[in-house]
Amino acid sequence: MRPAPFAFARPDGLADALSRLGADDDAMPIAGGQSLLVLLGLRLAGAETLVDVTRIPELCGAREADGAVVFGAATTHAMIEDGKVPDPSRGLMRRVAGRIAYRAVRNRGTIGGSLALSDPAADWCPVLIALGATYDIVSAGGARQVAAEDFADGAYSTVLEPGELIRSITVPVLQEGTRWGHAKHARKTGAFAESIAVVVKRPDGVRAALGATGSHAVLLPSVAEAVASGGDVAAAARADIAMADPDADAYRARCHLATILNAAREVCA
Amino acid sequence: MASPTSDGAPGWIGARLKRKEDERFLYAAGRYVADVRLPGLKDVAFVRSDVAHGRLLGVTKPEGADVFTLADLGPLNDLVAGPEIAEFRTSLYPPLAGDKVRFVGQPVAAVIAATRAEAEDIAAEVLVETEELGAVTDAVAALAPDAPRLHEAWADNAFIAAPVIAGDQDALAAAPVVVRRRLKMNRQATVSLEGRGVVAHYDRRYGELIVHLSTQGAHVMRRGLAEVLGLAENRIRVIAPDVGGGFGGKNRLTPEEIAVCAMALKTGQPLRWIEDRREHLIASLHAREHTYEIALHAEADGTIIGMSGDVYIDAGAYALWPTGAFMEASMAARNLTGPYKARALNLQTYTVATNKAPMGPYRGVARPGACFAIERMVDELAAELGMDPIEIRRRNLITEADLPMRTVGGLSLDTGHYPAALDMACEMIGVDKVRARQKAGEADGRVIGLGIAVYTEQSGHGTSEWMKRKARVVPGHESANVRMHPDGTVDIAVGIQNHGQGLETTLSQIAATELGLHPDAINVRYGDTATTPFGFGTFASRSIVFSGGAVAKGCREVAAKARRIGAALLQVSADDVRIEAGEIVGPAGSVSLAEVARAATLRPEFLPEGEDALLETTVSYEPADSAGVFSYGAHAVVVAVEPLTGAVDLLDYVVAEDCGTVINPLIVDGQIVGGVAQGIGTALYEEIPFDPELGQPLATTFGDYMVPCASEIPDIRIGHLVTPARVTEYGVKGMGEGGAIAPPAAVGNALADAFRQSRAQFLETPFTPRRVSDAVAAADGEGAR
Repeated sequence: MRPAPFAFARPDGLADALSRLGADDDAMPIAGGQSLLVLLGLRLAGAETLVDVTRIPELCGAREADGAVVFGAATTHAMIEDGKVPDPSRGLMRRVAGRIAYRAVRNRGTIGGSLALSDPAADWCPVLIALGATYDIVSAGGARQVAAEDFADGAYSTVLEPGELIRSITVPVLQEGTRWGHAKHARKTGAFAESIAVVVKRPDGVRAALGATGSHAVLLPSVAEAVASGGDVAAAARADIAMADPDADAYRARCHLATILNAAREVCA
Repeated sequence: MASPTSDGAPGWIGARLKRKEDERFLYAAGRYVADVRLPGLKDVAFVRSDVAHGRLLGVTKPEGADVFTLADLGPLNDLVAGPEIAEFRTSLYPPLAGDKVRFVGQPVAAVIAATRAEAEDIAAEVLVETEELGAVTDAVAALAPDAPRLHEAWADNAFIAAPVIAGDQDALAAAPVVVRRRLKMNRQATVSLEGRGVVAHYDRRYGELIVHLSTQGAHVMRRGLAEVLGLAENRIRVIAPDVGGGFGGKNRLTPEEIAVCAMALKTGQPLRWIEDRREHLIASLHAREHTYEIALHAEADGTIIGMSGDVYIDAGAYALWPTGAFMEASMAARNLTGPYKARALNLQTYTVATNKAPMGPYRGVARPGACFAIERMVDELAAELGMDPIEIRRRNLITEADLPMRTVGGLSLDTGHYPAALDMACEMIGVDKVRARQKAGEADGRVIGLGIAVYTEQSGHGTSEWMKRKARVVPGHESANVRMHPDGTVDIAVGIQNHGQGLETTLSQIAATELGLHPDAINVRYGDTATTPFGFGTFASRSIVFSGGAVAKGCREVAAKARRIGAALLQVSADDVRIEAGEIVGPAGSVSLAEVARAATLRPEFLPEGEDALLETTVSYEPADSAGVFSYGAHAVVVAVEPLTGAVDLLDYVVAEDCGTVINPLIVDGQIVGGVAQGIGTALYEEIPFDPELGQPLATTFGDYMVPCASEIPDIRIGHLVTPARVTEYGVKGMGEGGAIAPPAAVGNALADAFRQSRAQFLETPFTPRRVSDAVAAADGEGAR
């Protein structure tokens, strides 16, 4: 379980990092390494050069701006869990961060690294979709904004092009009167999730999202509608699950139903 | 602190002494095989088979690389493993693959390089050519006539098939109630914190191969290495330093260990191989995989008559030296009547070869499976008859008045009060309170279940029992060398291997009791064939019985001599002195043990006439009866289950147990908690599934192989009964395995209790959320798929 040899760079400027990543097809960004190092050790992934992006000032820390909080992509799960950065989500993000894997993973793992890998079972994707976040993506050629729900397009697959990095994640501040529900089911504490459901009920509307599908996290429109109108959440959930995770077997479908119902219950409690 | 011994000295038996060995561990100052540093040490990485079953056509080595195949290791002797039974089919397990590979992960070639990372780089370049053959992944299907054959010379894939037929067969046939089920306990790894490890080098000073080995029994492993390498035993020194857990998994000689020793001899270089976690999960010995197709026969009032049916042991591809996994079948069958007054057994057992890593012993050996089978079946019988699971147990449990008794399975149960353990567990868990809570229902929609399991644990068994099992090595005795130094301190060298059992502490307590010393004055040494007397090692819950007995016996000999010398120094009769608090105490005065020891060593002129010098002896010990002494207990657990996801939460877990006289209650409780934690792993989490067609293992990292961690283990509450054994020193019984035996049964029964209305079936461990959810859905009439 030792990785094959690789070169390692830790640039302290964004431009330097982007030019290294842009110039070398076999260079790979590393932002905490809690998944990538395991894959390298098992020799399931290979890289000629790893470019560590966790020391780039633009990617570190979080700031409040204009009714939102902007998280640097290299913000660790632990910083969010511990409240070391501003929380736009009235506690939701701290709850989610504290349930990612184990503390040792949370100490090094980063929000941007997790999003870029796009593991179907990852914790942040459905949460950020439900919160209506946007991602700021940069490359040597410029920058673009992508809505959270448009970012991933499959298991381990996103709209990121070679040479692009997530710079930051912008999460709108939840206004007074907003409630949220979050439920996660895994084989045990710290294991990859079998299902994650998040429901955010704002005074002006509901967003619900499902994670740990066979592909990527998605919005649950019927569930949102049912929660908003006080309708039949279970029926809505069944309809949404069929769309959100069409290949789910009966067990996974039951897991999704359970997490959606639990998240909806928490919102309405 | 504890009751005085017969000698009148203050005793340490029963003292809640903190473990002596913990200081070095807490300061991170333990020394394991991977901590051994030698000049010029090189690392070894193995090239492993990536197919489950195939003919090995060739191995292409990268140019200039230091790569060994089987032909490069030789000449080696055949190491014949397995029980000494004529019908047992042998299967030589070469240290590197010969003509065939028989499981994914089998070592095919070995690479030497300056670092492990470089060795792995080279290993990735080694080309292994195989002609793939059909994979055998199911022990029952493996016996079909057209199943691919692992070992071509065999008539089928069974290592051995053996009946266990005993007792009143007519009663079995005439039973008015027969409950049939198919139960399965799946395959798992042993998951010691420290994996296997070996550092081997040839030392010219004594002309010997020095092998640092993470093992449970240095002397026995030396024997195996001597056989296969063709070396005299006094040309091999095996040193087992601190061993970070074994649980049975380090009580077999494995091919990587042999290969590294052979390469160290060939090259003259110090070599090291440290197992990583992936190797551990894929290629270390596996455990547990049993299938039971059985029927419980009973009277209409719930009186158990006996058990019939088939028991399948999935033993993997090979037999590991010395005895492989071949006590599993008979132990499973013989324990299938549990702690109950059953009258008959009619079982056929099959120990089957499959394309999986070889099976070996793991804490509890066969009994977790047997306990799971009988205890789940008792609850199924209770449900069938509309009886309470606790009442049906009371009706059938062997009582104090029945003991000692020989069970229909041939186990000689010695002392105990089994119903009292059941009562204690029921009281501790609060059965009425749990029933009331079940009735009220849970606000969050979860469902509550209560499960109980009772077990016995054979321990401290010796010659007669291991001969019955036709063991190649018969661990019928244990030894101790007791040496008092000129200053009155004591070194005790033993042939067992402390690897988490606290034996440095408990053996010190025994020695201190017999020698009238403080345990701090006693130093317990083990794990080095050059400095300890022959012994078998630590496994099968034997060390406190055997090694404790040997230490007591040896210390008594030394104490008697010290009393004779002390009496002479005091000029009184040896009958008039006693040994106490570091002194030989006479009617009118005393002399310190240090002074006695000085006379016995440095100043022989003070020895009484005819008394030899030295306060030292080496003794061996076996209990008066070698059929074993039986610890026992009852576990009770309360679960909360989320019906949709199948998530199981353990709300409460209690253990009521009896292991005879307790040397150190802190250590006994620690052993119970650790055992229960592993039993919970078997019950709920740990499993190595295989792709049924390709034979690929599907849990090869901790991402897929679930081990219970602190968050999964409830606060385990423990109650004790004490019924001393009749045939051991102080009345001790072994107890290292018991904690791991009952949890799968108790948890399974709790799940069945939670869903007793729908009669959902819980017959296969681990009870993963998926299995639980599917069982609930199937019983509710929904397709589980």
